[in-house]
Amino acid sequence: MITQALVSQAVLIAEKRRNNPAASVYSGRARMMLERGVYAAKSSNWLVIVSGFFEPVFYLLAFGFGIGQLIGNLTDGNGNPVTYAAFIAPALLATSAMNGAIYDSTWNVFFKLHFGKIYQVMLSSSLGPLDVALGEITWALLRGLVYSLGFMAIVVPLGLITDAWGLLAIPAATLIAFGFASFGMAITSYFHSFQQMNWLNFFLLPMFLFSGTFFPVSVFPQWIQVIVQALPLWQGVELVRSLTLGIIHWGLLGHVAYFVVMIVGGMWFTTVRLRALFMR
Amino acid sequence: MSQSANDVVIQAKGLTKKYKDFVAVDGIDFEVKRGESFGLLGPNGAGKSTTMKMISSVSQRTSGELKILGKEPNTHGPEIRAHLGVVPQKDLLDRELKVWENIFTYGRYFGLSRKFLKGKVDELLEFAQLTEKRNAKADDLSGGMQRRLAIARGLVNEPEILLLDEPTTGLDPQARHVLWDRLFRLKEQGVTLVITTHYMDEAEQLCDRLIVMDNGKIMAEGSPAELIKQYSSKEVVEVRFGTDKNEKTAEKLAGLADRIEVLPDRILLYTAKGEELLAQILESGLHPVTSLVRRSSLEDVFLRLTGRTLVD
Repeated sequence: MITQALVSQAVLIAEKRRNNPAASVYSGRARMMLERGVYAAKSSNWLVIVSGFFEPVFYLLAFGFGIGQLIGNLTDGNGNPVTYAAFIAPALLATSAMNGAIYDSTWNVFFKLHFGKIYQVMLSSSLGPLDVALGEITWALLRGLVYSLGFMAIVVPLGLITDAWGLLAIPAATLIAFGFASFGMAITSYFHSFQQMNWLNFFLLPMFLFSGTFFPVSVFPQWIQVIVQALPLWQGVELVRSLTLGIIHWGLLGHVAYFVVMIVGGMWFTTVRLRALFMR
Repeated sequence: MSQSANDVVIQAKGLTKKYKDFVAVDGIDFEVKRGESFGLLGPNGAGKSTTMKMISSVSQRTSGELKILGKEPNTHGPEIRAHLGVVPQKDLLDRELKVWENIFTYGRYFGLSRKFLKGKVDELLEFAQLTEKRNAKADDLSGGMQRRLAIARGLVNEPEILLLDEPTTGLDPQARHVLWDRLFRLKEQGVTLVITTHYMDEAEQLCDRLIVMDNGKIMAEGSPAELIKQYSSKEVVEVRFGTDKNEKTAEKLAGLADRIEVLPDRILLYTAKGEELLAQILESGLHPVTSLVRRSSLEDVFLRLTGRTLVD
């Protein structure tokens, strides 16, 4: 028998959640999206995923060790000398986390929204839009985390993490990836053409180059500094660099708060947009 | 839950859906009983798919009442969706996944256990005649197979009601018959089927009862046989005299049949006795290019109700 006369498992599972708050948008099964991601990844092209990891590594080699030879040492916030490679390594770690999260939460989400159309099918099951948002964002953040762990595996043996606080760079990278994944998916849900998607790159490249990644923002006039400091990558770079150089102060919590707002806001907008797109 | 044959599983009263100024569904009333096969028939844009979306609790109605298995979709959406199997118009398979993974992951979305799904997936692949294709990518299947996979996926949560939006649109005749056969089997097992279609033959084959929709409203309701009896004659004579002569010749034929419809390419004469009428036409000295006597169909019902043919 394909169906049973009795109430099915699926109904019993759904009925149990009846009185939960937000039951209409959240079923508590975002992890099923991750499971789907694992099945999809098994038969996808791993070279594409691996190539994304190398980008910041190449920057580290070219700038840290190449141009770094010409620059010599800098001084950190506490006035201690620091090699140029150790100065940019944390910034590239933050960038790794961002890149991984952005690949999946923008282009891949765009494709699923407009060509794969898989969210529509998910939302015809008893999943809610918050499950889909949380699942996809978590999947994207995992890619960011994998990239940043890979990057750590290269910079730690090279002695570019000079302080024990540097271990906290891993949770910090997770937070950064989470923020970008959440914000990335939210913004992608508003895009409906490739041209709009290309604006993302137009925005991401200058943010990567000028967020205190390769030189301190103090070289800019005051008004430009204010703009840069409002950008998420600068917040991430500052957070990770302070940790790897062991410059610990309460101000770091401000960066953390910035990403928490990004995560919560992004997730809220994504949920609202999924409802508007597929449940209207 | 009682299982009596007269159980109403879907109940709509004054059901309305507006998108800004556009009224997609305009205050319709209908009931679907447990175990029956219910059709929504109408041309593209009639409001069938919008009605389906409201039933599947992914789209909220603008006004009116809607109860699915006694539950309110606005507040019990996820629960209702757990009762339903949905086969969307364009299959919408997960093209990154293999055939079996499509069914498996969809089952996981409902929270079903891996152990339960292992057996379930095999059973559904067998049912959909896709066992040999289980490890193929969904993308590599033929149109008919993709549709069967979409149905198998829709059955993974053991739904009481299966919603099929245009189930055979775009399939070749052979694939259509395979699909109809599968749907008959489900019906025999007591699954309630709700089917939208703009194919008359499909509605006649599959539906116990149907509503004819046009411009968001219900034009008629009943079994295919009842509708034909009520809105058409037993038989139809189709004659063609050539595009420019049809209109003129129709005037001469007036009075021979109960009712005449003149279409751009042919004249339809409605009567109880088709062969006799055709003989009469030939005797009167008219010579149609082609002629055909056939039984009345839902196509004729639709033409009568709306003045238009259904598939353009």
